[in-house]
Amino acid sequence: MSIKLEDVVKIAHLARLSLPESTLEQYAGQLSNILAMVEKVNELDTEQVEPLANPLDNIQRLRKDEVTETDQHNAFMQNAPASEAGVFLVPKVIETIE
Amino acid sequence: MSQSPLHQQTLSQLASGLHKKSFSSVELTSHFLDRIKQYDNQLNSYITVCDKTALAQAKAADERLAQGNAGPLTGIPIGQKDIFCTQGIKTSCGSKMLDNFIAPYSATLIEKCDTAGMVMLGKLNMDEFAMGSSTENSFYGPSKNPWDENTVPGGSSGGSAAAVAGGLCPIATGTDTGGSIRQPASFCGITGLKPTYGRISRYGMIAFASSFDQAGPMTRTAEDAALFLNAVAGFDPKDSTSCEEPVPDYTQTLNDSIEGLTLGLPKEYFTDDLDSSIATTLNDAIEALKKLGAKVKEVSLPHTDYAVPTYYILALAECSSNLSRYDGVRFGYRCENPKNLTDLYERSRGEGFADEVKRRIMLGTYTLSAGYYDAYYLKAQKVRRLIAQDFHKAFADVDMLVCPTSPTTAFGLGEKTSDPISMYLSDIYTIAVNLAGLPGMSIPAGFVNEKPIGLQLIGQHFQESKLLNVGHQFQTVTDWHSNMPANYR
Amino acid sequence: MEWETVIGLEVHAQLATCSKIFSGAATAYGAMPNTQACAIDLGMPGVLPVLNEETVNMAIKFGLSVGAEVAEKSVFARKNYFYPDLPKGYQISQFELPVVKAGTLTIYLDDGTEKIVGITRAHLEEDAGKSLHEDFQGMTGIDLNRAGTPLLEIVSEPDLRSAKEAVAYLKNLHTLVRYLGICDGNMQEGSFRCDANVSIRPKGEQTLGTRTETKNVNSFRFVEKAINYEVSRQIAVLEGGGKVVQETRLFDAVKNETRSMRSKEEANDYRYFPDPDLLPLVISQAQIDAIRETLPELPQDKQKRFKEQYGLSDYDANNLVNNAPLGGYFEAVVKQTAASPKLATNWIMGELSAALNKADITVENSPISTEQLATLLDRIQDDTISGKIAKTVFECLWEGMLDVDGIIEEKGLKQVTDTGAIEAIIDDVMANSPEQLAQYRDGKDKLFGYFVGQVMKATQGKANPGQVNNLLKKKLCS
Repeated sequence: MSIKLEDVVKIAHLARLSLPESTLEQYAGQLSNILAMVEKVNELDTEQVEPLANPLDNIQRLRKDEVTETDQHNAFMQNAPASEAGVFLVPKVIETIE
Repeated sequence: MSQSPLHQQTLSQLASGLHKKSFSSVELTSHFLDRIKQYDNQLNSYITVCDKTALAQAKAADERLAQGNAGPLTGIPIGQKDIFCTQGIKTSCGSKMLDNFIAPYSATLIEKCDTAGMVMLGKLNMDEFAMGSSTENSFYGPSKNPWDENTVPGGSSGGSAAAVAGGLCPIATGTDTGGSIRQPASFCGITGLKPTYGRISRYGMIAFASSFDQAGPMTRTAEDAALFLNAVAGFDPKDSTSCEEPVPDYTQTLNDSIEGLTLGLPKEYFTDDLDSSIATTLNDAIEALKKLGAKVKEVSLPHTDYAVPTYYILALAECSSNLSRYDGVRFGYRCENPKNLTDLYERSRGEGFADEVKRRIMLGTYTLSAGYYDAYYLKAQKVRRLIAQDFHKAFADVDMLVCPTSPTTAFGLGEKTSDPISMYLSDIYTIAVNLAGLPGMSIPAGFVNEKPIGLQLIGQHFQESKLLNVGHQFQTVTDWHSNMPANYR
Repeated sequence: MEWETVIGLEVHAQLATCSKIFSGAATAYGAMPNTQACAIDLGMPGVLPVLNEETVNMAIKFGLSVGAEVAEKSVFARKNYFYPDLPKGYQISQFELPVVKAGTLTIYLDDGTEKIVGITRAHLEEDAGKSLHEDFQGMTGIDLNRAGTPLLEIVSEPDLRSAKEAVAYLKNLHTLVRYLGICDGNMQEGSFRCDANVSIRPKGEQTLGTRTETKNVNSFRFVEKAINYEVSRQIAVLEGGGKVVQETRLFDAVKNETRSMRSKEEANDYRYFPDPDLLPLVISQAQIDAIRETLPELPQDKQKRFKEQYGLSDYDANNLVNNAPLGGYFEAVVKQTAASPKLATNWIMGELSAALNKADITVENSPISTEQLATLLDRIQDDTISGKIAKTVFECLWEGMLDVDGIIEEKGLKQVTDTGAIEAIIDDVMANSPEQLAQYRDGKDKLFGYFVGQVMKATQGKANPGQVNNLLKKKLCS
């Protein structure tokens, strides 16, 4: 599978990555090469094989329903690039799902 | 032995010195801080050096030592890979994205080190978000290999390997997603242990690929690794993927005889791809193990060739999702004057991540996107099982596998940066271990053209003791591990 | 052309846990922004989720209550998209393997019919935070307190055929989750939210039309309005020769219309994959059995029982079941009175509910106890007072007087049942109304009511109305 320029643009947008115009060609080539390399898995017949998500095949453990966290928003806000009155700020969001 | 300089001593020697009050933790810490000052402009192994907090921790350790309530690691300095969150201290993950990130909490591993009374010298250099095999992808510039500063120390835990090899810390932590502890350990002539997946908590360790990532020690010796593993291994209720398997005392079995142990040599790992002088060196190391009474048997891991493709599909898919949280909203890099929300996201991420990370995010995004999931991700998860089964079948016949850690010794700076795939292939012998979640260890096994090369031991799930036992026995009859690069002795 | 409406609902019920689904932060509503968002909720680097066991128990409860199979193994998946209220850039949800498989919910329609609505699945997921649109230097503020609050997303089959059915389904579901104690059902606070998938097709057509998804219609009234709007819009589009576009729409309660949400559209490649930070959720039969033991009587069972045991109509039974405390009050009254359950229902749904509504209090705080109301009904039943006079007693009880019989005694409200006394009054009335009497006897039957009124007035309402009727008929005709 070869990745074309417009694919790079589409993927980059899906991944929210701005890429300089001048690098698109290079990305397309590199991504195509990597894809060609990973295509190798398709040589194998895996019809009868269960997917392996976790190497130990363990199951989920559960946590008691208890409040264990205290309010640390002042500490967390120290890292916020833009904030006011305890909220994080982003450019105006026009339509929203509430 | 006790006359050797502090930076050449093993952890147990240092611990003994501290407990006997031959030197204090403050003296020991100062010694390493001085060496960092002296040598790290060459090696670039540290991103952040924590002089003040280190000396404060050392002082507190000395008090514990004086009061007699010190543990085996109390007062021992350590360098932490900059992937572990350290409360109040910059945690960059080697990225511009987190250059301004002061972690508001500490990783479980860091807390365990603190509880043990260890002294954190600083945060070590790494490939950005642990993606790379040379540290050349670090925002802070590449670390150098102390054996030859024109070569890379390996990666992604290259800063850790360089710092230990160069005597800028007696022990460091690394993380290993596809070989990032073992490969740099091999390149720098030190011991690097990647424990079983889930053996050490991942909480607070910045994620690259969640079902692969595993922390581990990078040390001079297997014994040092055992001491450290004792302190940090174990179940963590904050990490759903950590294991409840009991933690043995890894130092107890170091001196067990390895007489009669069967070592498997995977034939797919000893092919023409392997440099012949490396093959010769590794054969000598295997001979040494035989002399200790181990038996050797050829085994086969038939799906070996599929490991790298499988790994890159799965790890990059996980990475693409794991790195979505870096969006310039709550922490980390944010672009100047975003025009709108999309611009904020795209430029913050486009400017905050460097090429390799962007490449990997894009590939992972692509393979997960509509219409491709079954062909790539699901397929690779199935192949992952086949690869894991290869190992389990091999372990029916042998106790442990022995093979090369890396197909080459340290390569030159810049040698592979233009070709991502050639860089990926430097992990061909380490990656399958992560797919199967097995413990793997690289131990110094000799030199080829004056560059160190490691021998990799691969064990069954939770059999770190056996790896450490074999490593330690090997190190009682060899001295590759005690060699130090001439300029850093 | 005649159109058929096809509706499927996705309901997000916030689970009533103390802590979040994957972190130990509190879920209380209304805290200061970001004070209940811990490192995990904020998606800080390196944090990991651990599943809250109570959310699993609640999902099992729900599954059992709709007759669904609880999945022995279910898997959490990441739904990837970028949005400022979604801290990690993905929502942890369930995709291919949900915890609750297919079930059904029986609903009761206004015309007295029952309808079985299919529930496709229900799955656990985390809620997102909130965007605050008041002015922050011309920017949008992000409050992540709600991020990580546990949700049970309940997806119905496209079985609903009108806005009214959709509302009936929603109300039944709302009742159910509150019965189970898994959701407080507070729609104003967003604890119970609904997205409506609406499509239309020519009547008789089997294949489904293109649907739109209208997001977050958060009151029963809005659901009805939004669906009706959407149906007429789609009909207009199709009849105008256009095509319905599959899209997400937002209901504007002020303008009473739905609007396309283009911003949401461009990012609909969610790249679902199993969350590697969480392992498969495995639920044992023993755990399911243990939870089955704790289930309360379910609304549909209670509905059936109320009809059978008390002979109530669908309508009355449904009303009492939908308001569980009122249903409890009803049963307590019935136990203590000789009056019929129907009479009890009438008083509880009528007089009592009206008074409670007017005073804006719930039945748990009713100033009239079940014992008092039962006694009052007994006095109607044994003809001590009439139903009309009983309202006066009811008002006294409401005002705080305690003893039903005392009130009747003190105010002299006892019904006059002495035939002789009533006959005497009738005679008086007839004597005083010669004109009306003449007209009545000429065939103006309507005037019968006039005479009843006069007799009741003369007895201050205390005469037994049945007796008055009988005696009047006799006398007027003689």
